[in-house]
Amino acid sequence: MPAGNAGTVKSAPQYTKYHPRWYRPRVSVYWWLGEWHYLKFILRELSSVFVAICVVETLLLIRALSNGVEAYASFVHTLRNPLVVLLNIISLFFVVFHSVTWFNLAPSAMPVRMGGKRVPDVLVAAPSYGAWLMISAFIAWVVLQ
Amino acid sequence: MAEKITIEVARYSPERDTEPHFQSYQVPVHKEWVVLDALNYIKDTQDGTLTYRWSCRMGICGSCGMMVNGEPKLTCATFLSTYSNVGAKIRVEPLRYFPIVRDLVTELGDFLAKLKKAKPWLIRKQEMPLSQGEYLQKPEQLDQYKQFSMCINCTLCYAACPVVGLDPVFIGPAALALAQRYNLDSRDEGAAERTAQLAHPDGVWGCTFVGECTRVCPKHVDPAGAIQQYKLASVVAWLKSFVMPRGHES
Repeated sequence: MPAGNAGTVKSAPQYTKYHPRWYRPRVSVYWWLGEWHYLKFILRELSSVFVAICVVETLLLIRALSNGVEAYASFVHTLRNPLVVLLNIISLFFVVFHSVTWFNLAPSAMPVRMGGKRVPDVLVAAPSYGAWLMISAFIAWVVLQ
Repeated sequence: MAEKITIEVARYSPERDTEPHFQSYQVPVHKEWVVLDALNYIKDTQDGTLTYRWSCRMGICGSCGMMVNGEPKLTCATFLSTYSNVGAKIRVEPLRYFPIVRDLVTELGDFLAKLKKAKPWLIRKQEMPLSQGEYLQKPEQLDQYKQFSMCINCTLCYAACPVVGLDPVFIGPAALALAQRYNLDSRDEGAAERTAQLAHPDGVWGCTFVGECTRVCPKHVDPAGAIQQYKLASVVAWLKSFVMPRGHES
Protein backbone atom coordinates (compact mmCIF):
# COMPACT_ATOMS: atom_id res chain seq x y z
CA MET A 1 0.00 0.00 0.00
CA PRO A 2 1.45 3.41 -0.87
CA ALA A 3 2.44 5.44 2.14
CA GLY A 4 -0.40 7.70 3.18
CA ASN A 5 0.03 11.39 3.72
CA ALA A 6 1.31 12.15 7.18
CA GLY A 7 -1.54 12.98 9.49
CA THR A 8 -4.33 11.35 7.46
CA VAL A 9 -6.33 8.68 9.22
CA LYS A 10 -7.93 5.97 7.11
CA SER A 11 -11.02 4.52 8.66
CA ALA A 12 -10.95 1.43 6.44
CA PRO A 13 -7.42 0.07 6.07
CA GLN A 14 -6.81 -1.95 2.93
CA TYR A 15 -4.36 -4.81 3.22
CA THR A 16 -4.26 -5.51 -0.49
CA LYS A 17 -0.46 -5.64 -0.76
CA TYR A 18 -0.07 -8.69 1.43
CA HIS A 19 -3.18 -10.70 0.63
CA PRO A 20 -2.59 -14.24 -0.66
CA ARG A 21 -2.23 -14.70 -4.40
CA TRP A 22 -5.81 -15.04 -5.60
CA TYR A 23 -6.54 -17.11 -8.64
CA ARG A 24 -8.62 -15.09 -11.05
CA PRO A 25 -10.45 -17.34 -13.51
CA ARG A 26 -10.87 -16.01 -17.03
CA VAL A 27 -14.17 -16.20 -18.86
CA SER A 28 -13.87 -18.15 -22.09
CA VAL A 29 -15.02 -16.57 -25.35
CA TYR A 30 -17.19 -19.68 -25.74
CA TRP A 31 -18.86 -19.36 -22.31
CA TRP A 32 -22.30 -19.52 -23.95
CA LEU A 33 -21.69 -22.91 -25.59
CA GLY A 34 -21.19 -24.91 -22.41
CA GLU A 35 -24.68 -24.68 -20.96
CA TRP A 36 -28.11 -24.96 -22.54
CA HIS A 37 -29.45 -22.02 -20.48
CA TYR A 38 -26.73 -19.73 -21.82
CA LEU A 39 -27.15 -21.01 -25.37
CA LYS A 40 -30.90 -20.40 -25.13
CA PHE A 41 -30.20 -16.83 -24.05
CA ILE A 42 -27.83 -16.25 -26.99
CA LEU A 43 -30.38 -17.74 -29.41
CA ARG A 44 -33.03 -15.45 -27.92
CA GLU A 45 -30.77 -12.45 -28.52
CA LEU A 46 -29.91 -13.69 -32.02
CA SER A 47 -33.62 -14.06 -32.80
CA SER A 48 -33.91 -10.26 -32.96
CA VAL A 49 -31.85 -10.35 -36.20
CA PHE A 50 -34.45 -12.63 -37.79
CA VAL A 51 -37.28 -10.48 -36.47
CA ALA A 52 -35.59 -7.54 -38.23
CA ILE A 53 -35.31 -9.60 -41.44
CA CYS A 54 -39.07 -10.31 -41.28
CA VAL A 55 -39.82 -6.62 -40.78
CA VAL A 56 -37.63 -5.59 -43.73
CA GLU A 57 -39.21 -8.32 -45.90
CA THR A 58 -42.71 -7.10 -45.00
CA LEU A 59 -41.76 -3.50 -45.81
CA LEU A 60 -40.33 -4.60 -49.17
CA LEU A 61 -43.55 -6.54 -49.83
CA ILE A 62 -45.64 -3.42 -49.12
CA ARG A 63 -43.40 -1.36 -51.38
CA ALA A 64 -43.77 -3.95 -54.17
CA LEU A 65 -47.55 -3.88 -53.70
CA SER A 66 -47.65 -0.10 -54.02
CA ASN A 67 -45.49 -0.24 -57.17
CA GLY A 68 -48.06 -2.24 -59.13
CA VAL A 69 -48.85 -5.76 -60.27
CA GLU A 70 -45.56 -6.37 -62.07
CA ALA A 71 -43.40 -5.30 -59.14
CA TYR A 72 -45.48 -7.49 -56.81
CA ALA A 73 -45.19 -10.51 -59.13
CA SER A 74 -41.44 -9.98 -59.39
CA PHE A 75 -41.14 -9.80 -55.59
CA VAL A 76 -43.21 -12.96 -55.14
CA HIS A 77 -40.95 -14.65 -57.69
CA THR A 78 -37.92 -13.64 -55.61
CA LEU A 79 -39.60 -15.05 -52.50
CA ARG A 80 -39.94 -18.41 -54.25
CA ASN A 81 -36.19 -18.73 -54.53
CA PRO A 82 -35.18 -21.81 -52.46
CA LEU A 83 -32.60 -19.78 -50.53
CA VAL A 84 -35.22 -17.17 -49.58
CA VAL A 85 -37.65 -19.95 -48.62
CA LEU A 86 -34.94 -21.49 -46.41
CA LEU A 87 -34.22 -18.09 -44.85
CA ASN A 88 -37.94 -17.61 -44.18
CA ILE A 89 -38.25 -21.06 -42.56
CA ILE A 90 -35.30 -20.26 -40.27
CA SER A 91 -36.80 -16.80 -39.61
CA LEU A 92 -40.16 -18.35 -38.72
CA PHE A 93 -38.48 -20.63 -36.16
CA PHE A 94 -36.62 -17.72 -34.59
CA VAL A 95 -39.63 -15.38 -34.60
CA VAL A 96 -41.72 -18.03 -32.82
CA PHE A 97 -38.84 -18.64 -30.38
CA HIS A 98 -38.51 -14.87 -29.84
CA SER A 99 -42.23 -14.47 -29.15
CA VAL A 100 -42.53 -17.46 -26.82
CA THR A 101 -39.45 -16.59 -24.76
CA TRP A 102 -40.42 -12.93 -24.37
CA PHE A 103 -44.06 -13.71 -23.56
CA ASN A 104 -42.81 -16.10 -20.87
CA LEU A 105 -40.47 -13.44 -19.44
CA ALA A 106 -43.08 -10.66 -19.43
CA PRO A 107 -44.74 -11.65 -16.10
CA SER A 108 -41.37 -11.36 -14.39
CA ALA A 109 -40.83 -7.81 -15.69
CA MET A 110 -44.44 -6.72 -15.23
CA PRO A 111 -46.00 -8.38 -12.18
CA VAL A 112 -49.71 -7.68 -11.98
CA ARG A 113 -51.40 -7.26 -8.61
CA MET A 114 -55.11 -7.60 -8.03
CA GLY A 115 -56.77 -7.35 -4.65
CA GLY A 116 -53.37 -6.99 -2.99
CA LYS A 117 -52.11 -10.32 -4.37
CA ARG A 118 -49.85 -11.09 -7.28
CA VAL A 119 -51.64 -12.59 -10.25
CA PRO A 120 -50.05 -15.95 -11.27
CA ASP A 121 -47.50 -15.65 -14.07
CA VAL A 122 -49.52 -17.95 -16.33
CA LEU A 123 -52.48 -15.56 -16.23
CA VAL A 124 -50.22 -12.58 -17.06
CA ALA A 125 -48.68 -14.35 -20.05
CA ALA A 126 -52.01 -15.77 -21.29
CA PRO A 127 -53.37 -12.49 -22.82
CA SER A 128 -50.20 -12.16 -24.93
CA TYR A 129 -50.67 -15.68 -26.29
CA GLY A 130 -54.40 -15.01 -26.76
CA ALA A 131 -53.74 -11.82 -28.74
CA TRP A 132 -51.07 -13.61 -30.80
CA LEU A 133 -53.50 -16.41 -31.64
CA MET A 134 -56.34 -14.04 -32.53
CA ILE A 135 -54.20 -11.80 -34.75
CA SER A 136 -52.68 -14.86 -36.47
CA ALA A 137 -56.16 -16.31 -37.01
CA PHE A 138 -57.38 -12.99 -38.44
CA ILE A 139 -54.43 -12.73 -40.83
CA ALA A 140 -54.92 -16.36 -41.89
CA TRP A 141 -58.61 -15.61 -42.52
CA VAL A 142 -57.75 -12.54 -44.66
CA VAL A 143 -55.09 -14.44 -46.64
CA LEU A 144 -57.27 -17.50 -47.24
CA GLN A 145 -60.30 -15.46 -48.33
CA MET B 1 -22.36 -50.52 4.36
CA ALA B 2 -23.34 -47.31 2.60
CA GLU B 3 -22.79 -46.92 -1.13
CA LYS B 4 -19.79 -44.72 -2.00
CA ILE B 5 -19.50 -41.87 -4.43
CA THR B 6 -16.49 -40.04 -5.84
CA ILE B 7 -16.26 -36.36 -5.11
CA GLU B 8 -13.85 -34.30 -7.18
CA VAL B 9 -12.94 -31.17 -5.31
CA ALA B 10 -11.16 -28.16 -6.81
CA ARG B 11 -7.99 -27.45 -4.86
CA TYR B 12 -5.93 -24.29 -5.01
CA SER B 13 -3.09 -23.36 -2.73
CA PRO B 14 -1.91 -19.78 -3.26
CA GLU B 15 1.54 -20.76 -1.93
CA ARG B 16 2.09 -23.75 -4.26
CA ASP B 17 -0.28 -23.66 -7.25
CA THR B 18 -0.52 -21.43 -10.28
CA GLU B 19 -4.04 -22.68 -11.04
CA PRO B 20 -6.64 -24.95 -9.41
CA HIS B 21 -6.61 -28.71 -9.93
CA PHE B 22 -9.01 -31.48 -8.90
CA GLN B 23 -8.53 -34.01 -6.13
CA SER B 24 -10.78 -37.05 -5.77
CA TYR B 25 -12.21 -38.45 -2.54
CA GLN B 26 -14.54 -41.35 -1.79
CA VAL B 27 -17.41 -40.62 0.54
CA PRO B 28 -20.34 -42.74 1.72
CA VAL B 29 -23.77 -41.79 0.40
CA HIS B 30 -26.16 -41.58 3.31
CA LYS B 31 -29.74 -40.73 2.45
CA GLU B 32 -29.73 -37.59 4.58
CA TRP B 33 -26.27 -36.36 3.57
CA VAL B 34 -25.80 -33.18 1.57
CA VAL B 35 -22.65 -32.13 -0.32
CA LEU B 36 -21.56 -30.08 2.69
CA ASP B 37 -21.71 -33.22 4.86
CA ALA B 38 -19.44 -34.93 2.34
CA LEU B 39 -16.94 -32.04 2.51
CA ASN B 40 -17.02 -32.15 6.31
CA TYR B 41 -16.47 -35.92 6.15
CA ILE B 42 -13.45 -35.42 3.88
CA LYS B 43 -12.01 -32.73 6.14
CA ASP B 44 -12.58 -34.78 9.31
CA THR B 45 -11.35 -38.17 8.07
CA GLN B 46 -9.27 -37.80 4.91
CA ASP B 47 -7.76 -34.38 4.33
CA GLY B 48 -7.73 -31.69 6.99
CA THR B 49 -6.24 -29.14 4.58
CA LEU B 50 -9.46 -28.86 2.54
CA THR B 51 -10.71 -25.27 2.89
CA TYR B 52 -14.27 -24.04 2.42
CA ARG B 53 -16.84 -21.79 4.07
CA TRP B 54 -19.93 -22.93 5.92
CA SER B 55 -21.92 -22.05 8.98
CA CYS B 56 -25.62 -22.69 9.56
CA ARG B 57 -26.29 -25.87 7.52
CA MET B 58 -29.88 -24.75 6.97
CA GLY B 59 -29.94 -22.37 3.99
CA ILE B 60 -29.92 -19.20 6.04
CA CYS B 61 -26.32 -17.95 6.29
CA GLY B 62 -25.56 -18.20 2.57
CA SER B 63 -21.88 -19.08 3.11
CA CYS B 64 -21.67 -22.60 1.64
CA GLY B 65 -22.42 -21.70 -1.99
CA MET B 66 -20.29 -23.65 -4.49
CA MET B 67 -20.47 -24.96 -8.02
CA VAL B 68 -21.80 -28.52 -7.88
CA ASN B 69 -21.46 -30.24 -11.24
CA GLY B 70 -21.30 -26.81 -12.87
CA GLU B 71 -24.41 -25.42 -11.14
CA PRO B 72 -24.29 -22.78 -8.40
CA LYS B 73 -25.77 -24.48 -5.32
CA LEU B 74 -25.99 -24.13 -1.57
CA THR B 75 -24.10 -27.27 -0.59
CA CYS B 76 -26.14 -27.56 2.60
CA ALA B 77 -29.26 -28.03 0.49
CA THR B 78 -27.87 -30.30 -2.24
CA PHE B 79 -28.33 -33.97 -1.45
CA LEU B 80 -25.74 -36.54 -2.45
CA SER B 81 -28.50 -38.97 -3.33
CA THR B 82 -29.56 -36.67 -6.19
CA TYR B 83 -26.30 -37.52 -7.95
CA SER B 84 -25.61 -41.04 -6.72
CA ASN B 85 -28.63 -42.47 -8.54
CA VAL B 86 -27.04 -41.95 -11.92
CA GLY B 87 -23.69 -43.25 -10.69
CA ALA B 88 -22.04 -39.99 -11.61
CA LYS B 89 -19.19 -38.21 -9.90
CA ILE B 90 -19.84 -35.00 -8.04
CA ARG B 91 -17.55 -32.15 -8.99
CA VAL B 92 -17.31 -29.35 -6.45
CA GLU B 93 -15.72 -26.03 -7.41
CA PRO B 94 -15.65 -22.53 -5.98
CA LEU B 95 -18.39 -20.17 -7.16
CA ARG B 96 -17.73 -19.07 -10.73
CA TYR B 97 -16.47 -15.56 -11.64
CA PHE B 98 -15.05 -14.86 -8.16
CA PRO B 99 -11.33 -14.70 -7.39
CA ILE B 100 -10.29 -17.83 -5.50
CA VAL B 101 -8.50 -17.39 -2.19
CA ARG B 102 -7.91 -21.09 -1.43
CA ASP B 103 -9.63 -24.34 -2.49
CA LEU B 104 -13.36 -23.53 -2.38
CA VAL B 105 -13.10 -20.13 -0.71
CA THR B 106 -13.88 -17.13 -2.89
CA GLU B 107 -12.99 -13.49 -2.37
CA LEU B 108 -16.09 -11.44 -1.60
CA GLY B 109 -14.64 -7.93 -1.24
CA ASP B 110 -15.81 -6.82 -4.68
CA PHE B 111 -19.33 -8.15 -4.04
CA LEU B 112 -19.55 -6.39 -0.69
CA ALA B 113 -18.41 -3.09 -2.23
CA LYS B 114 -21.10 -3.44 -4.91
CA LEU B 115 -23.71 -4.28 -2.29
CA LYS B 116 -22.87 -1.09 -0.41
CA LYS B 117 -23.25 0.97 -3.61
CA ALA B 118 -26.89 -0.16 -3.87
CA LYS B 119 -27.59 1.27 -0.38
CA PRO B 120 -29.63 -1.68 0.83
CA TRP B 121 -30.94 -0.07 3.99
CA LEU B 122 -33.90 2.13 4.93
CA ILE B 123 -33.25 5.75 4.01
CA ARG B 124 -35.45 8.41 5.61
CA LYS B 125 -35.47 12.11 4.81
CA GLN B 126 -36.36 12.67 8.43
CA GLU B 127 -36.39 10.03 11.15
CA MET B 128 -39.52 9.81 13.24
CA PRO B 129 -38.91 10.38 16.97
CA LEU B 130 -38.82 7.11 18.95
CA SER B 131 -41.77 8.27 21.02
CA GLN B 132 -44.01 7.96 17.95
CA GLY B 133 -43.35 4.23 17.84
CA GLU B 134 -42.46 2.02 14.93
CA TYR B 135 -43.14 2.61 11.25
CA LEU B 136 -46.37 0.79 10.53
CA GLN B 137 -46.91 -1.21 7.40
CA LYS B 138 -49.93 -2.99 5.95
CA PRO B 139 -49.66 -6.63 4.83
CA GLU B 140 -50.15 -5.47 1.21
CA GLN B 141 -47.22 -3.06 1.56
CA LEU B 142 -45.06 -5.84 2.99
CA ASP B 143 -46.11 -8.05 0.11
CA GLN B 144 -44.71 -5.50 -2.38
CA TYR B 145 -41.08 -6.24 -1.43
CA LYS B 146 -41.15 -9.39 0.72
CA GLN B 147 -39.92 -11.71 -2.02
CA PHE B 148 -36.85 -9.53 -2.65
CA SER B 149 -36.12 -9.31 1.09
CA MET B 150 -35.48 -13.07 1.28
CA CYS B 151 -31.96 -12.64 -0.17
CA ILE B 152 -29.23 -14.20 1.99
CA ASN B 153 -26.27 -12.79 0.02
CA CYS B 154 -25.11 -16.27 -0.94
CA THR B 155 -23.82 -14.90 -4.30
CA LEU B 156 -25.14 -17.89 -6.25
CA CYS B 157 -26.77 -15.40 -8.61
CA TYR B 158 -23.38 -13.80 -9.32
CA ALA B 159 -21.94 -17.20 -10.21
CA ALA B 160 -24.88 -17.80 -12.57
CA CYS B 161 -24.78 -14.42 -14.32
CA PRO B 162 -22.51 -14.26 -17.40
CA VAL B 163 -22.64 -10.45 -17.31
CA VAL B 164 -20.91 -10.55 -13.90
CA GLY B 165 -18.12 -12.61 -15.47
CA LEU B 166 -17.81 -10.54 -18.63
CA ASP B 167 -18.31 -7.07 -17.15
CA PRO B 168 -16.55 -6.74 -13.79
CA VAL B 169 -18.10 -3.34 -13.05
CA PHE B 170 -21.71 -4.63 -13.29
CA ILE B 171 -23.27 -4.25 -9.83
CA GLY B 172 -24.90 -7.65 -10.12
CA PRO B 173 -28.23 -9.36 -9.40
CA ALA B 174 -28.35 -9.55 -5.59
CA ALA B 175 -27.33 -5.92 -5.02
CA LEU B 176 -29.88 -4.70 -7.58
CA ALA B 177 -32.64 -6.90 -6.15
CA LEU B 178 -31.90 -5.59 -2.66
CA ALA B 179 -31.94 -1.99 -3.90
CA GLN B 180 -35.35 -2.66 -5.42
CA ARG B 181 -36.42 -4.33 -2.16
CA TYR B 182 -35.84 -1.00 -0.35
CA ASN B 183 -37.26 1.10 -3.18
CA LEU B 184 -40.52 -0.83 -2.86
CA ASP B 185 -40.61 -0.55 0.94
CA SER B 186 -43.28 1.93 2.03
CA ARG B 187 -41.02 3.10 4.89
CA ASP B 188 -38.14 3.98 2.59
CA GLU B 189 -37.54 7.39 0.99
CA GLY B 190 -34.20 6.69 -0.66
CA ALA B 191 -35.21 5.72 -4.21
CA ALA B 192 -33.86 9.00 -5.65
CA GLU B 193 -30.52 8.47 -3.84
CA ARG B 194 -30.15 5.02 -5.37
CA THR B 195 -30.98 6.16 -8.91
CA ALA B 196 -27.42 7.24 -9.76
CA GLN B 197 -26.12 3.70 -9.17
CA LEU B 198 -29.13 1.76 -10.41
CA ALA B 199 -30.25 3.59 -13.58
CA HIS B 200 -26.74 3.29 -14.99
CA PRO B 201 -24.98 1.10 -17.58
CA ASP B 202 -23.23 -0.67 -14.66
CA GLY B 203 -26.59 -0.95 -12.87
CA VAL B 204 -29.86 -2.30 -14.25
CA TRP B 205 -28.96 -1.40 -17.84
CA GLY B 206 -26.01 -3.78 -17.66
CA CYS B 207 -28.46 -6.67 -17.23
CA THR B 208 -29.33 -8.48 -20.46
CA PHE B 209 -32.08 -10.56 -18.82
CA VAL B 210 -30.39 -13.93 -19.08
CA GLY B 211 -32.59 -14.92 -16.15
CA GLU B 212 -30.13 -17.42 -14.65
CA CYS B 213 -29.96 -15.48 -11.37
CA THR B 214 -33.62 -16.20 -10.77
CA ARG B 215 -33.29 -19.85 -11.75
CA VAL B 216 -30.48 -20.61 -9.31
CA CYS B 217 -31.69 -18.48 -6.38
CA PRO B 218 -32.23 -20.84 -3.42
CA LYS B 219 -34.59 -18.35 -1.75
CA HIS B 220 -36.76 -17.66 -4.85
CA VAL B 221 -35.91 -13.97 -4.76
CA ASP B 222 -36.24 -13.42 -8.55
CA PRO B 223 -33.45 -10.84 -9.01
CA ALA B 224 -34.07 -10.80 -12.79
CA GLY B 225 -37.67 -9.74 -12.15
CA ALA B 226 -36.55 -7.02 -9.72
CA ILE B 227 -34.11 -5.64 -12.28
CA GLN B 228 -36.64 -5.61 -15.15
CA GLN B 229 -39.23 -3.98 -12.89
CA TYR B 230 -36.72 -1.26 -12.02
CA LYS B 231 -35.90 -0.78 -15.72
CA LEU B 232 -39.60 -0.27 -16.46
CA ALA B 233 -40.05 2.08 -13.49
CA SER B 234 -37.01 4.17 -14.45
CA VAL B 235 -38.19 4.51 -18.05
CA VAL B 236 -41.65 5.59 -16.84
CA ALA B 237 -40.01 8.11 -14.45
CA TRP B 238 -37.84 9.39 -17.33
CA LEU B 239 -40.90 9.85 -19.57
CA LYS B 240 -42.77 11.54 -16.75
CA SER B 241 -39.91 14.01 -16.41
CA PHE B 242 -40.81 15.30 -19.91
CA VAL B 243 -44.50 15.58 -19.17
CA MET B 244 -44.07 16.97 -15.67
CA PRO B 245 -40.51 18.36 -15.59
CA ARG B 246 -40.76 19.64 -12.01
CA GLY B 247 -43.40 17.57 -10.37
CA HIS B 248 -42.60 14.01 -11.49
CA GLU B 249 -41.04 13.01 -8.19
CA SER B 250 -43.93 14.13 -6.04
